[in-house]
Amino acid sequence: MNSADLSGLWVYLAATPLLGLTLTLLAYLIAWHIHQRLAAHPLANPVMLAVALLVTLLWLTDTPYQTYFDGAQFVHFLLGPATVALAIPLYAQLQRLRQMAMPLGVTLLLGAVTAMTAAWIVGAWLGADAPTLVSLAPKSVTTPIAMAVAEALGGLPSLTAALVITTGILGAMSAQGLFRLMRVSDPAVQGFAIGLAAHGIGTARAFQLSPEAGAFAALAMAANGLVTALLAPWLVPWLKAVM
Amino acid sequence: MLNALTLLLVCQLIGEVITRALVLPVPGPVLGMVLLLLILIIRGGPGDTLKHTANGLLGHLSLLFVPAGTGIMLHAERLENEWLPLLAALVVSTLVTLAVSAAVLHLLVRRRQQKP
Repeated sequence: MNSADLSGLWVYLAATPLLGLTLTLLAYLIAWHIHQRLAAHPLANPVMLAVALLVTLLWLTDTPYQTYFDGAQFVHFLLGPATVALAIPLYAQLQRLRQMAMPLGVTLLLGAVTAMTAAWIVGAWLGADAPTLVSLAPKSVTTPIAMAVAEALGGLPSLTAALVITTGILGAMSAQGLFRLMRVSDPAVQGFAIGLAAHGIGTARAFQLSPEAGAFAALAMAANGLVTALLAPWLVPWLKAVM
Repeated sequence: MLNALTLLLVCQLIGEVITRALVLPVPGPVLGMVLLLLILIIRGGPGDTLKHTANGLLGHLSLLFVPAGTGIMLHAERLENEWLPLLAALVVSTLVTLAVSAAVLHLLVRRRQQKP
């Protein structure tokens, strides 16, 4: 087969949803395999690896993102029902949530406001523009919620997705060292802080520390998604006005 | 499986309809999550099929981020120009959020334990 045939074949395949969908799953499987091979090291994050593979491939073949996304949207669509499904782990923690309601609620509010405000202040101080700042604000919450918040407030959802994933990796990498420095050893406290600051990737890390830390991380992740979605529409315009 | 998936989609759909009809700032799926949580509280918990379907979806949660994450290629120029504020904002805010959350919860839990 000569190169003209090959590029003709690529043009044909790239026009069907099959290719984008299959490439997404293949890239993820390869990334997952690498992640497992490296003993689930936080630096070898499977999402980051899969995205790197796909971006490289699309760039090399000069394929526009929209062409790829026409197929990949079938995977993307599942983020909606997956967000709804977060109600199930949240329900499982309901008993604990009631017992520790006050301390957890206060921490949640302070943590959610801190995450958005700190990112905004540093970004604005270093000269990021408004759409970038809005995309930054919800970066501590799970991707489907963060993207929806960014979209509703005039940010760039796909940029937010990248920032959310980076935040998750940073949180998973740094949490243990920070807690040691602060002399915080209670797994419930550790888990809640990781889930609040670093959503699902942080929660996965917390489950590696202990089941109790993991449970509190899952709770914090779900609750912070909700609180950030509710607070951001008021906090973001305020930050825009004062900064 | 089919029932459970339908329930998830119905919750999402109702969430989308409510958030659009009332012009709420909350994303439709988030409202759907609250709705499902209320249903679970009323029903006294999820059935096995719903649990199974939710575990399936959430077990592969990171896969679902890949199409959107690949969209980072659309922002190559922005990342080139703004990588410093972006990276600094992420590193600083993640560390500060971790520290503030851990410190506040640590103090509140300890105070509550000392009280009785």
